[in-house]
Amino acid sequence: MFIKFLIAAVFAGTPLLFGTVGEIMNERAGHLNLGVEGMMAMGACAGFMAGFFYDSISIALLAAFLAGMLGALIYAVLTITFMANQNVTGLTLAIFGVGISNFAGEFMLVNSASNSLKLPEQITAQISNINIPGLSTIPVLGPLFFQYNIFVYLGVLIAITCGIYYSRTKTGLNVRAIGENPGAADAAGIKVTKLKYINVLMGGGICGIGGAYCSMIINGGVWMNNPVNGQGWIAVALVIFASWKPFRAIFGSFIFGAFNILKYYFPKTIITIPNAFYDMLPFVITALVLVVTSIRKSKENQQPASCGVNYFREER
Amino acid sequence: MKKLLCIILVLMLALILLTSCGNNEQQQPAPEGQEASGEGIFPAIAKEDIKVGVIHIGNPADGSGYSFAHDQGIVAMQNALGLDDSQIIRKNNVNDTDPTATEAAMLECIEEGAHIIFGTSWGYMDTMEALAEEYPDVIFSHGSGYKSNDRNFNNYFGRIYQARYLSGIAAGLKTESNLLGYVAAMGKDNSEVTGGLNAFAMGAYSVNPEAKVYVKVTNSWYSPEEETNAAKALIAEGCDVIAQHCDTPNPQLEAEKAGVFGIGYNSDMSKDAPKATITSAVWNWGAYYTWAVEQVINGTWNSENYYGGMKEGMVDISPINESIAAEGTAEKIEEARQSITDGTFNVFDGVIETNDGSTVGEEGKTLDDGTITGGINWYFKTVEEK
Repeated sequence: MFIKFLIAAVFAGTPLLFGTVGEIMNERAGHLNLGVEGMMAMGACAGFMAGFFYDSISIALLAAFLAGMLGALIYAVLTITFMANQNVTGLTLAIFGVGISNFAGEFMLVNSASNSLKLPEQITAQISNINIPGLSTIPVLGPLFFQYNIFVYLGVLIAITCGIYYSRTKTGLNVRAIGENPGAADAAGIKVTKLKYINVLMGGGICGIGGAYCSMIINGGVWMNNPVNGQGWIAVALVIFASWKPFRAIFGSFIFGAFNILKYYFPKTIITIPNAFYDMLPFVITALVLVVTSIRKSKENQQPASCGVNYFREER
Repeated sequence: MKKLLCIILVLMLALILLTSCGNNEQQQPAPEGQEASGEGIFPAIAKEDIKVGVIHIGNPADGSGYSFAHDQGIVAMQNALGLDDSQIIRKNNVNDTDPTATEAAMLECIEEGAHIIFGTSWGYMDTMEALAEEYPDVIFSHGSGYKSNDRNFNNYFGRIYQARYLSGIAAGLKTESNLLGYVAAMGKDNSEVTGGLNAFAMGAYSVNPEAKVYVKVTNSWYSPEEETNAAKALIAEGCDVIAQHCDTPNPQLEAEKAGVFGIGYNSDMSKDAPKATITSAVWNWGAYYTWAVEQVINGTWNSENYYGGMKEGMVDISPINESIAAEGTAEKIEEARQSITDGTFNVFDGVIETNDGSTVGEEGKTLDDGTITGGINWYFKTVEEK
């Protein structure tokens, strides 16, 4: 039962992982993008529809990525180029993304033959849990590591790549410099605007894939409105929990996933706690992490210093 | 200068509050003055003129689930009475935990000239009660709650527990692990959910006394990921038939993915999970909507509450998926259906044992409707909260 709990936690945490890594990419570049929910919703709709029509996981992923990117592009143009307020733009993007995703989804639903959209066979097989001969059948380790669907591995891979990018590559370190102090970075000859665009757009694309997970996996391959349903907001909180580090985001999102499902697995025979208590846990922990990191004052685990502040070259 | 502005604003606010209070007091006597008009409280309305408002919590276009089922009922009413599309005013995605949104949606209906407004979700209840007072000439009809007044506010619901009893038979016959899973939207103290769950468990018990029912509560009527997670946990505990009282077909889809079976709810969910859903407990809201709107047209509407069952065609189960149902399911269900429709069996008959060892009900009697709608907060003996 405990093994099954861990596995379910990974599944529940995967959409959060994409959202968190995407948001980390935004914030590392100095842009607090509250539109994760919107970008995920756009990715959810685009990914699902592409999968529905082309019956191929690669096209679905690509569409989800591009749709998330499109959402981020709106945000990027407004905040990077036109210096609009980041919080307001992000919130607007969240509302806009969810709205357009539901609008498009509903339009397709109403015009579908049986008033129902279900993913065709081939893609359903592609997104179902993998089975590697030899590995998947090992007791305990098999189900724990080698029986997830493609999204889970992709998410971990992206997070690891992202972690290496920000800690080991020159470009990644440049981006971090931008997030801390864009003026200094600019003076050092780093192309601030270009790197900001790249990171915000990539982050949006990753969020989009997380949305596709919601619509294609969580909802079992049937289109339903509001597939993301608040996961994007939890991802924003998780960024703080992960202290802006992609590696920690992996564990953070699986821990949050575990909290999400704890109420269904915690044996009621030991002690009965109201469900609302479990629902509260992730947020209490986030608050605690905030408090602890601010007490410890370690520069390492703080929000990038210029996150939320637009960079205007002439004012430097 | 700022202080002065502040004081003026506060005074204005106070004035507005006072006048609005005054208005309410003036309006209150109105209903009493009009009440003496006889058995039909409202005059008849020509069929071509009537306007019907309906407030949905979700989106009927979802193609499945609660709002879809309600809207199918509205469409059935429209077809049966021959109303034009322009005579139906739909307000979709109205959050029932947001009284302001609820009120705004209903005021829009009134503005557009609705004669009767159907509020389909539990949380609309208090707003409807208040508006019924304020607009005595508009009829407010609320589904699933318990409040009403004696003029223009009634309550409608159906004996879905009858259908759930039948679906329990299908589940009890099908299970091999003798563990049935149940994804419940609300906990033990919600009589609507708990009553349905008990009926399901009793149906299963009637054909398979060994079968236990494991319950997981999501605390939400509509939450895709919670419902998926709850179903996943039930399957992990060994349940091989997953029933549900929640709005998305996700538990059915999760069952299909895991290769087990399920019992749907609201609308026929075999459309979503053809390999898993044996049958679904379904609503036929059209039975009430047609009846109610007809009453309004004829001028015979009174604020009596409506609680239709299988006999009235308000609830039923969807056609049994013969390719996956256990052998003999149809016969057993037909037997029980007969005894329910001819009134010899009422599901909550006689003494019922609960899971904490106490008993409910009396020999030779059946639970009254008030208890069924508001007072079932115990679990049947085979039910285990997990």
